[in-house]
Amino acid sequence: MRKLPRPTFAAGLGLGVLALSVIVALFAPFLAPHGLNDVVGGNWEPPSRTALLGTDNLGRDLLSRLIYGTRVTLFVATLATVLAFLLGGFTGFIAGVFGGWIDLVLGQLNDLLMSLPTLIFALVVLSVLPSGVVVIVSVMALLDSTRVFRISRSLATDIAAMDYIEAARVRGERLGWILWREVLPNAFSPLLAEFGLRLVFAILFLSTLSFLGLGIQPPSTDWGSLLKENKDGIVFGGWAGLVPGAAIALLATAVNAVVDWVLDWTTDVGRVRADA
Amino acid sequence: MPDLLLDVRNLTVATAEARKGDGKRKILVDGVSFALRRRNVLGLIGESGAGKSTIGLTALGYCRPGVEATGGEVRFDGRDILALPEAERSRLRGSRVAYVAQSAAGSFNPAYTLGEQVIEAAVCHGVLSRSEALERAQELFALLGLPEPREFLHRYPHQVSGGQLQRAMTAMALCPRPDLIVFDEPTTALDVTTQIGVLLAIRKAIEATGVAALYISHDLAVVAQIADDILVLRHGKTVEYGSAEQIIDAPREDYTRRLVGIHGKAGPQAREPGAAVLSVQDVSMSYRSGPAVLSGVSLELLPGQTLALVGESGSGKSSLGRVLCGLTPASDGTILFHGTPLALRLQRRTKDELRRLQIINQSPDVALNPRQTVETIVGRPLTFYFGTRGAERRQRVAELLRQVELDPSFMARYPAALSGGEKQRVCIARALAAKPEAIICDEPTSALDPLVAQGVLALLSRLQGETGVSLLFITHDIHIVRSIADSIAVMHQGKIVRAGTARSVLSPPFDPETARLLSAVPEMELGWLDRWSALRLGASPVSLPAAGHRP
Repeated sequence: MRKLPRPTFAAGLGLGVLALSVIVALFAPFLAPHGLNDVVGGNWEPPSRTALLGTDNLGRDLLSRLIYGTRVTLFVATLATVLAFLLGGFTGFIAGVFGGWIDLVLGQLNDLLMSLPTLIFALVVLSVLPSGVVVIVSVMALLDSTRVFRISRSLATDIAAMDYIEAARVRGERLGWILWREVLPNAFSPLLAEFGLRLVFAILFLSTLSFLGLGIQPPSTDWGSLLKENKDGIVFGGWAGLVPGAAIALLATAVNAVVDWVLDWTTDVGRVRADA
Repeated sequence: MPDLLLDVRNLTVATAEARKGDGKRKILVDGVSFALRRRNVLGLIGESGAGKSTIGLTALGYCRPGVEATGGEVRFDGRDILALPEAERSRLRGSRVAYVAQSAAGSFNPAYTLGEQVIEAAVCHGVLSRSEALERAQELFALLGLPEPREFLHRYPHQVSGGQLQRAMTAMALCPRPDLIVFDEPTTALDVTTQIGVLLAIRKAIEATGVAALYISHDLAVVAQIADDILVLRHGKTVEYGSAEQIIDAPREDYTRRLVGIHGKAGPQAREPGAAVLSVQDVSMSYRSGPAVLSGVSLELLPGQTLALVGESGSGKSSLGRVLCGLTPASDGTILFHGTPLALRLQRRTKDELRRLQIINQSPDVALNPRQTVETIVGRPLTFYFGTRGAERRQRVAELLRQVELDPSFMARYPAALSGGEKQRVCIARALAAKPEAIICDEPTSALDPLVAQGVLALLSRLQGETGVSLLFITHDIHIVRSIADSIAVMHQGKIVRAGTARSVLSPPFDPETARLLSAVPEMELGWLDRWSALRLGASPVSLPAAGHRP
């Protein structure tokens, strides 16, 4: 593969934001000036020396809560997206490569799941099942995997029609080789683009769930929960609610910019030269 | 000369941007000159990359994006069209100069009727009124031999065959009564038997309308039937330019001689027969609820020999290839490999059975995984069948590459960095890596330029001599069959209609299907098309034209 091109300006900013988020998430306990639930002042106080971003609805340091929240938001969103890709990608490839009744059954199941409104389905499931990170991640991964299934199935259908897949089958290759070594490398760049997009959606979806009170539960917190706790402050002129909102928007944009740049690089490999 | 229509002088075309490597612009066309008089046809011939399409497009005053004319003149009817402003040029296009593309299927908009698209340019440029244009379209359809011209106007592109679509495109070009038409490989994408009909229709239309034409093709035999003059191109330079008679009968340049020579190769020497490697007995196959694709096919492939399986497209020859490797299992019949029955279904065959029967596909472009290096592609069968790894594998891959006349340095390359011929050689190396006893070659040269194809054929023959592998060669090209086959089986509608040694199959008396296949291939000879159509229209018992080329 050819070398990664120099990042564009947007990609550079995006990479910076992404790297910062990851560092913050990894080293949260060392970076946060206060504990997650330490009360440092009155509610919705403006920024001060003790609380750099001010305090939240219960007088806790907003910066510290934001730092701990980064950890949860990034971890849950990434994990859910990865699981969605493992599940949706694998079943999609199987459906695309085999075709026939396997494709039909998997496709119908997928359509069934997709026909349910995502948010309502998630809200119902989450309000019935015991709350916890495992349940949230599973629900998010399952819902997201339907979109991944669609894409990977159509990619695999196209690729499976190529003679090199036939050549591998005539050689007697096992399914593992065909999926892993013949199909996946050719589906990689569109899937990578999709991964970035789905990660953004996962961040937004988790924030939505938390905002509605069915996502991450106290005492743990994430950006969506922070937004929910502090939204009423806006009415009283407190700006605490805007900070987690801005963080969500910033991270989503950053991931998008990085994916755009990486995509430029991956689509170039193996492209047929446009000679006269 | 008052009737001089197109006068190209010292035309040079290059890429607009410099290449990254050496900072130079790539020259696509280098100092080409030619002249075309009214009512004449000039054939542009060369391999892909010779610059013939680029020249054809400059006659329209057009260059593909990223390419520009850097020198010379293209004088159309006295005016240098390269110097004209773009608006002026686009007024010329579609009214005085028209273009017929290679793939008619890709050039028609599937959402509009053919009639609508055929008259579009003429109406748009104000040459004809709508009703006049519709009338002319019908006349042209009739001239081009399309059935029910009135009805045809209302058809959509997907409702007609490839040959008909190509004729419709010719009608589209002729509709505004242009002075010049550029035909860019109009019959290349068609079947042999369809090709000849379209060629005949195009020539008739050219004669009837008196339009001048640039006819671009890589097939000299086709160009010879239609052109008054021929310009042979290679790497963007003129190799030879002369009248059609001179080029075919007395080529001056070595390259032209080779082009002319491709079709006249002598047959192979007879080899010693032995017990059959692959024996097919009474094999039938049909898709679910469809008619039989193959019915009662029997064949024998002898060791070290080449059996050519010929037939037009749709005759079931490729299906038979797929049935033999078990990709689409036969519904009935027996396949014996060295006397032992093979499972009909791929999944039931043992690794060793799979190893001994390899396949080479038609289009090398899709037969190689674009994300694997040549080393992985050729090395995988070595690991898979023999467990060869590491340095030993590298060494074997290098050997195999040398065997197919490629440099071992190709190992690190991806397929995108290979030419068509090189890709097909990699496919051959991959098949050889398994040390097979028989290889099914499914039209391995039909996607290649003639000279490249000839090289690949020569390679296959040489490898057969070295390794003693048997080849089942699926093709529709009688010329190839003549040059490599020991025995021949002719297929028609899923049945073998004629089989035997090459000599006996290619000698009269012929059954209708064999005669049709033999007669539909253009010979490298002037006036062949006239005799062919005379024979056809005369409906006399079909005989083989140009018998002089028989070995």
